[in-house]
Parts: sequence; structure tokens; C-alpha cells
Amino acid sequence: MKTSTRIPSDIDPLQLSIGEEPMTAPHQRPPSTQAASPDSQAATAAPQQPRLPLTVAPSTRMPPSRGVPTEPLETRIAVRNLEAGYANHKVLKSINMDVPPRSVTAIMGPSGCGKSTFIRCINRLHEETPGAWSRGEVMLDGQDLFHPSIDPVDMRRKIGMVFQRPNPFPTFTIYENVAAGLRLNGWRRGVMLDERVEKSLRRAALWEEVKDRLHTAGTGLSGGQQQRLCIARAIAVEPEILLADEPASALDPVATERVEELLLDLKKDYTILLVTHNIQQAARVADRTAFFLLGDLIEYGPTNDLFTKPKDSRTDAFISGRFG
Amino acid sequence: MTKHPTNHANYRRWKNRVVQGVMIVMVAICIVPLVALMWTLLSQGLNSVSFAFLTHLPKPPGETGGGLGNAILGSLLILLFAAVFAVPLGLALGIYLTQRDGTRLASFSRMLLDVLSGIPAIIVGVFIYAIVVRKTGFSLHLGFSTLAGSLALAMIMLPIFARATEEALKAIPRTVDEAGLGLGLPRRTVIVRILVRAAMPSILTGLFLALARVGGEAAPLLFTTQRSDFWPSHGVTDLATLKPLLEPVASLPLVIFEYSKSPYEDWKAQAWGASLVLVVLVLAIRLSTKAFTAWRYGGQGTHV
Repeated sequence: MKTSTRIPSDIDPLQLSIGEEPMTAPHQRPPSTQAASPDSQAATAAPQQPRLPLTVAPSTRMPPSRGVPTEPLETRIAVRNLEAGYANHKVLKSINMDVPPRSVTAIMGPSGCGKSTFIRCINRLHEETPGAWSRGEVMLDGQDLFHPSIDPVDMRRKIGMVFQRPNPFPTFTIYENVAAGLRLNGWRRGVMLDERVEKSLRRAALWEEVKDRLHTAGTGLSGGQQQRLCIARAIAVEPEILLADEPASALDPVATERVEELLLDLKKDYTILLVTHNIQQAARVADRTAFFLLGDLIEYGPTNDLFTKPKDSRTDAFISGRFG
Repeated sequence: MTKHPTNHANYRRWKNRVVQGVMIVMVAICIVPLVALMWTLLSQGLNSVSFAFLTHLPKPPGETGGGLGNAILGSLLILLFAAVFAVPLGLALGIYLTQRDGTRLASFSRMLLDVLSGIPAIIVGVFIYAIVVRKTGFSLHLGFSTLAGSLALAMIMLPIFARATEEALKAIPRTVDEAGLGLGLPRRTVIVRILVRAAMPSILTGLFLALARVGGEAAPLLFTTQRSDFWPSHGVTDLATLKPLLEPVASLPLVIFEYSKSPYEDWKAQAWGASLVLVVLVLAIRLSTKAFTAWRYGGQGTHV
């Protein structure tokens, strides 16, 4: 089934990322979780899945403003020397990046710079493309997602994804779309499922619009509603990370605004990675922004810093609209 | 622009009318044979069709009356079991061709299906006769039977249905695939529970187009089912034992074939009636699929 190759890396995991402060807390979980059995991995799909509580200590939260970074930075996802590509074509050139929890991190850059490939490596969807390869490490809470003991299928339940074009499952009703991830993972019909569907649709700010037509086709909704349906579908399985690959690029301005509001609301619970080629969107939504160019991470830091005092001339050129 | 604008507009209006006129004539030419065919069938066949005609057994030559109940039932049984053979194989092939698109084996299978769809129906009949029906030599020694007829029709259906399944699955955007994988579902679940279901309206349409296509085939049945003037001897209720499927069976195309070349006026009239029943049956299969997919899938994918 596997058509991709995985090249083991011999990278010092403590190596620092570009333009980033030293990681003071790279491992949030005790090392014992690294030896977690496949059973406990599978159990993460169960409703009592351990989630980070909302009531974390204030010091571990990201600052509410997009201003000065507060040190030290807590790390949820640590990317180390990640390289990826297709056959002989290298798309990503050794990316190092730390993503803090409960925040929106924007991945910004012109078309073809490797943004999508980058986030598709984080849930290992990249490797499903024939001829795709990657090497390096992606650590979630200190655990390498590419470790041979990790089943990508189980792992993806923790990392939800929203795509560029709204892609509700054809012939599935609105209800079935949201319930799909749970139903196909063994949940039975019933009150529990109904409640989860309602909760997810409410969370995606779609419930009021569809509550009277839950059993009509999901493809019958407008583009913006479909995209919120896809967000509801992704969060129904209660992931911890949400990857959004240009979720608003196919939407009109009003629908875009709703999706952006939703992302800002969702970051209270989720760690969100947002790919966008839209500079203003990164500025509006993201706590931290990374600028990619031709497969390189050029600059990464708090959004405000990156937009007001970019360290790299190429970043400056991109955000001032001189190319891209 | 050198022409006077009004002249130019007149010229285009005139051109539009001419092209439109040509189109109407073309459409009429296409419709005339269809209408003529339906008219002939109705005017010649309607007289013989009655409740008894649809439910009774045929009578020997010379006796009036009698019906084609066993032929209608036989046709339906042959089609049902043709679908039983062709559907699992065709689904599997369609899935394989989409999931392994570009591999050498996929291209090879696709070529084989194209070759198979190009084989004349009568050759399929002879082939099934040789390896399934005949009771000598290298053969299954099954004898003339419903099952043999079903196998012959399944062979003709398979390429049509497999390619229809492939096209139906191809029409599902790749991102739907990825959305399923992104939810943490194994690929087999994504294929079976999401992709096949999403393509189901088109797959059903393909299935019933294939059934309608083979439902009127007489040539392959000539060599595989023979003809019977009786109900299946063990009764339809014994279908589970498969015994009724192992004996000669009547079918509408063969009844039309036999009766129309017979010297008896009564049989010739019945051949017209059988033709009408066959056309209505195929039409009913087609329309009921349309209605079913519209009802079940809210009109999605009911085009084609």
C-alpha cells in the first residue's frame, strides 16, 4: 500500500530551529507515553479521550495579543530538519519550526513554496501520494510521528484537516458527514452520536443554519456552509491539532470572514496550522506566522513582529506586495 | 467594422434561423425511427398482451391462448444471476482500476476489458457452450440452464459494468479521498464506505444500463439456455437449492426468435406481444433505477 519512502535521519533533536528561541520545554509528556501500545493509540478515538483541559495555567497560554512574545515558548509540534518531495523533486528543504499550543500559526508564501506539502507532512497525508518521500522529524508532544511504532491511521485522528475546496462526502447527508469519522470508527447510532454531531455543528457555527435539514445532502449547502460542515466533520472526532489548507481560498469575502472568526474561536481548544497565500488573512488570524519561499522557511515569529519589522528582505518584499 | 451594423445583425439572425432549422430536421430524423418502432410494437403487440399472456404457460401449436409467464420469469432470473456474477467482479475491477491507475497490471486489465467488450455476443454464447454447457470434453457439464445463460450474459455485462464503475469512482474528487484519510480512517474503509457509496448513483446507473443492454440478447442464450415451455420444475421457492437454475429455461428474446420464425399466425402475434413486453421491461428497469437513485440520493448523479 505504501508508495512513499521514509529516510531515517540522524539529526540532533535538540538542534534549534531557524529564528526561534531555545526550546525550554520540548517534552510535555513523560517518556513513558512514547512507548504507548497500539491499543492506547486506538483508544484516543473513544469519547473519553484525554484532551488538554481548557483550564491550563495562565502562564502556559499564548499571550492574547499578537504583540511581544512571552518567553519561554511552550511547544506542541516541533518540526526538525523536515525534508519532503516527490520522486526526484525536493519540495521542502530542511524545515525547523516549533508550534505552540492553542494558537493559530499561519504558513504563508507564494504558490509552489511547499506550504501545503509542509502541513500534509504533519498528518502524514503527504506519503499517500504516489512517489512522495520525506525525512526528518515531526514531533507531537515530544513523540516522533514518523516513528515506526506510530500507525498513521490512528495518528490522523488526533490531527484533523480542512482542505482548500469544501469536500463534503457526496451522497452523505449533513448529519452523516459530521458523524462519518465516528460511525466508521465503530460508534453506533444513538443519543451519544446525535449529541456529538450537534456539538460539532455548533462549534463550527453551522448548527442554527442546518438544524432543520440535517438529513438533506451535505453538497446542497452553499460553499461557505460546506466548508464549515467540513470543519465540523474534522472536529467531530475531537482531534488536538487542526490543519487548515487554504480553507477560505474558494470562498467569497463574507464566508471567508465567518471561517476566520471560527478559527479564532477554535484556537481556544485547538492548535491550528493555517496555510494561506493571503497576507492579510495571516495578519488577521494568526498568532505566529511562518514565511515559506521555494521550500525554505525564510522567517518565523510572532505575526506582529514579522509584519512590522521583518528580519529578512524577502519577507519584507512579500508582505509589502512586491511579489507573490 | 466596414459592414453596416444592422445588416450584420440581420445576417446573423438569418444564419441562426438556418442552423436552427437544420438542427430540427436532424432531431426529427433521429426521432422518426424510434417513434415508428414504438408504434409498430404497440399496434402489433398490444392485442396479444393480456393478464393471461403475462402469467400463463405457452400452449402447443394449434391451440389458441397461452402466455409467456415462464419466459418473463426466466428472463428476470437469468438477468438476476448475471448481475450476481458480474457485480462483485465489476466492482472489484472498477476499484482496482481507479486505485492502481497507471500501473502495468491496471492498463493490461483495462485493455482486456476493452477486448472483452468487443467480442460478439454469439461468440460468448458458443464459448460458454463449450466450457460450461456441453456434457463432453473439457467443460463444467452443466447442460442448458439458467446458470449457463447467466454466465454468458455476465461475460457481456462485465466490461460495461466495470468501466462504468471505474468512471463513477474517477468522478469523485481526490480531496474526498483525502478527507476520509484525514479523519483517521484506513484506506479500505475510505474506499468501501465513502468512495463506493459516493459513486453509488452512477454505479447503479451503470449496472442497469448493462442489464438493459444484455436483457435483449438472444444469441448467447441460444447456446446456453435452450427453451422451455414450463415453469421451473422445482418451483421458484426452491431457488436456494439452485436446482431450478440447472435446467433449460425460457426467455423473452428466444421466444421472440422462435415464435417469429414459426409458421403459426397465433405465435407470430405472440412474438409481437413478447417484443412489446421485453421493451417495456427494459424501459421499466431503466426508469425504476432513475426513480430509485433520485429518491435515495436526492437526484445526485442521476444524469447519464
